[in-house]
Amino acid sequence: MSEPFLIGDGMTGGYGKGPDILHDCTIAVDKGEIAVIVGPNGAGKSTGMKAVFGMLNLNKGSVRLDGEDITKLSPQDRVAKGMGFVPQTHNIFTSMTVEENLEMGAFIRTDDFYETIEQVYELFPILGDKRNQPAGELSGGQRQQVAVGRALMTKPTVLMLDEPTAGVSPIVMDELFDRIIEVARTGISILMVEQNARQALEIADKGYVLVQGANRFTDTGQALLADPEVRKSFLGG
Amino acid sequence: MDILNAFIALANFVLIPAISYGSQLALGALGVTLIYGILRFSNFAHGDTMAFGAMCTILVTWLFQSWGISFGPLPTALLALPFGILGAIAMLLATDRVIYKFYREQKAKPVIFLIVSLGVMFVMNGVVRFIIGPDDQRFSDGARFIMKARDFKQMTGLSEGLAFKTSQGITIVTAVVVVALLFWFLNKTRTGKSMRAYSDNEDLALLSGINPERVVTITWIIVAALATIAGVLYGLDKGFKPFTYFQLLLPIFASAIVGGLGNPLGAIAGGFVIAFSEVTITYAFKKVLGYLMPEGLEPSSLVQLLSTDYKFAVSFTILIIVLLFRPTGLFKGKSL
Amino acid sequence: MTLNAKNIALFAIIGVIFILTGFAKGPNAALYLLNLGLISAILALGVNLQWGLAGLLNVGVMGFVALGALATVLISMPPTVEAMAAGGLRVVVALITGALVIIATVMTSKRMKPGKKRTFTILGLLIGGFFLYRFLFDPAVAAIEAVNPAGTGYLGGLGLPVLVAWPVGGLLAAGAAWVIGKTALGLRSDYLAVATLGIAEIIIAVLKNEDWLSRGVKNVVGIPRPVPYEVDLQASDTFIANAASLGFDNPVVASTIFVKLCYTGLFLTVLVILMWLSQKALNSPWGRMMRAIRDNEVAAEAMGKDVTKRHLQIFVLGSAICGVAGAMWATMDSTLIPTSYNPLRFTFLIWVMVIIGGSGNNWGAILGGFSILLLWDWGEQLGLWMMQALTFPLAEGVWLKDHLIHNAPHMRLLMIGVVLLLILRFSPRGLIPEE
Repeated sequence: MSEPFLIGDGMTGGYGKGPDILHDCTIAVDKGEIAVIVGPNGAGKSTGMKAVFGMLNLNKGSVRLDGEDITKLSPQDRVAKGMGFVPQTHNIFTSMTVEENLEMGAFIRTDDFYETIEQVYELFPILGDKRNQPAGELSGGQRQQVAVGRALMTKPTVLMLDEPTAGVSPIVMDELFDRIIEVARTGISILMVEQNARQALEIADKGYVLVQGANRFTDTGQALLADPEVRKSFLGG
Repeated sequence: MDILNAFIALANFVLIPAISYGSQLALGALGVTLIYGILRFSNFAHGDTMAFGAMCTILVTWLFQSWGISFGPLPTALLALPFGILGAIAMLLATDRVIYKFYREQKAKPVIFLIVSLGVMFVMNGVVRFIIGPDDQRFSDGARFIMKARDFKQMTGLSEGLAFKTSQGITIVTAVVVVALLFWFLNKTRTGKSMRAYSDNEDLALLSGINPERVVTITWIIVAALATIAGVLYGLDKGFKPFTYFQLLLPIFASAIVGGLGNPLGAIAGGFVIAFSEVTITYAFKKVLGYLMPEGLEPSSLVQLLSTDYKFAVSFTILIIVLLFRPTGLFKGKSL
Repeated sequence: MTLNAKNIALFAIIGVIFILTGFAKGPNAALYLLNLGLISAILALGVNLQWGLAGLLNVGVMGFVALGALATVLISMPPTVEAMAAGGLRVVVALITGALVIIATVMTSKRMKPGKKRTFTILGLLIGGFFLYRFLFDPAVAAIEAVNPAGTGYLGGLGLPVLVAWPVGGLLAAGAAWVIGKTALGLRSDYLAVATLGIAEIIIAVLKNEDWLSRGVKNVVGIPRPVPYEVDLQASDTFIANAASLGFDNPVVASTIFVKLCYTGLFLTVLVILMWLSQKALNSPWGRMMRAIRDNEVAAEAMGKDVTKRHLQIFVLGSAICGVAGAMWATMDSTLIPTSYNPLRFTFLIWVMVIIGGSGNNWGAILGGFSILLLWDWGEQLGLWMMQALTFPLAEGVWLKDHLIHNAPHMRLLMIGVVLLLILRFSPRGLIPEE
């Protein structure tokens, strides 16, 4: 098996000088695929993804993007390398308009990014309609679209989403998942942490079930959904 | 005719002075609010920054005057202003590098920054007094009036005169230009937008690749320009004395808080609210009412709500009312 | 305070500088400075209570000091009987009316439902109340100020012993602090700073303008003393004899020193009492709770502590101490000079004392009070020396040299600022850190 496009390999580490939260945890995603991290509360799901993005100190293990070792890079440098990250909260500039949010997403780009903005509007038509409204005035689902759109502005090869559906209604959640699939179809790899495990695994090419900072089950989304043990322990039967 | 006279008296003694004072306060409050929005602390050295910038301008003005350079009917200080701004920029960037940067890297609490700014205030205050002394300094030249009260009376035939000082005209025009430039910068340029983004959500701004040190540097540069312009305009209008600039801290902070700390639009609105209240409440309305009231009912007293010495009380009372009923200010500022 | 070598040395250095001051400027000047140092230490204790123990930013120390000073006038000056007859009652009625209007407004805003009706009632009350107040107040003031304006022109005081004014000054300051605290506490910490900055300016404006109360810029001089007068001592044979037996041949010098020593004794007593109380408070459960609140307000609130109420308590207490110190200061100078109050000297310098001494440590506050006062007092001289050294190579009469030497006294603001910045940077916990 060839090396996946992005892999956090055998990661062990924690925040600052605190105790280790992750224990030999491996998370990977291939080109154009959707990988989903699920697990119980406090399992280290978000931490695992933040480790891939360089937001905590790794004592062991490495992170490689397209074969290149990026373990030592800061999150900002990883953005420049083509990784996009959408935090779970505070992920938009509330006082700025939708379009300004997208412009800020493209801050590190020196070329003309208006084409990318148009692409984001195509993907999320509602944002095009509300481009001149302050992002803070939008609904929860629309805010998440702004957040994703902002991260897409660097034309990333990998998009990482931290619980994108937290706090939105089921209908909005379905719509968001549809959009995420569309993003993946454009060739962008998606790594996502999700609380709504069942729905997320349904769209996932690959699923990681983490427990206490370590891999418990790893398989395709469909296989995990079918696995009776996973269903019993993590999907509520 | 009486109504017209009343209006002219009101314009002469209340409207024009309040508009120019409001412009000065607004420029000062913009500086405070920008620092608050970007560096996240209340800068108690702002009054002294204004004094420092104004002092630099005055020194260059004197130099120009000694060389015989003048600006026709306009004050020479306007020619010297860019040099004053440069001086203030140098001062603020130096204090940032030598003093504030250390605490930024430590991620110190805002209250520590505030106390550090007290130290900076002492130093700047000392520097200004040391260089130019604690006394009043005159530096305005050129024509004193755009419109003299007597000329106005002759022109219109009204018994009330309307005087319009050059310094007031310059204040209003400059303030409009500066504010327009600032808002253009903040809303239309990439750098300006990145400053707003940083003020709005620091973590996300970092994630987007915005360089915080650059944002901070540009903020200090803008603040230096705003403070110097505010200081020079105030000095042209009312005379330069270091201690008055320190005392301006209260109405300036009141303006920024009333408008909503961190909100530039709020700072401007706050400046005018404070200025109009101060001037209106401390103005003796006897003359205006004399024109308006029917004969025999003219007021015998001055009809002055508060003596001018209580103008601080006015900004303070407005501040308290806003704090009680709307702590985030008229325009929503940062509450934390 | 741990009695280690460093702390003892620090206090010893201050002591030595005082003795040197005595040699340089004479015993009278040194004793005056010592008395002022005691007052500064008390002020620093008050501010340390607020900042060190509770993390509250009181930038209005000047106002509370001035209120204390006003108390000495109101308590100890002889009453101006004529003025009281002319308008005393009316002023009191006016003030009570004003207070009632404000109380009524507060009640209305609490009792009535929000809406237009409430807004208009409040506005009506305030505007009507204001004119009623001015109708009562203005003629009374005019009448009072017309009574012998060159000599009195104000109501005067109650003619009580001046020592009574010290606690009363504390009470006045506490009252003002309560009003400010009620509005600004519980909001952002900088709001309290701006609010206190404002109240201080207003208090000074009142002292400068309300001639009927404080004689305004005409000043009140000759506030009665709690200690003997020099002239009386010089006329007393027993005093001269006693002084001579101690080796003081010059009764003038002896009497001035004796008077200052009396003040020293009084101030020291107050400082010792306040220090004892402060130390008790610091180490009591109450003090521990305060520090817990300061260090983690959210946690303390979650544990059911009423943070705002505790803050109000300590804010009022600290301000009261400032008021007492203000009354002591005015007593020592025997004058009330409203124009002499300047926030750099009366507010921010006290802050520097607390921070340099060691926020949260009462001994640190005392050390800071003495040391910064000395620096302030010697600052002009130091600045002058520095400038003389700096301009030594320049010839006499060069413009730059004259300017530098002439403006050297302003160096002391700069010096204080630099010292504060250095301490904050390299020893942020101060000379005697909190334990």
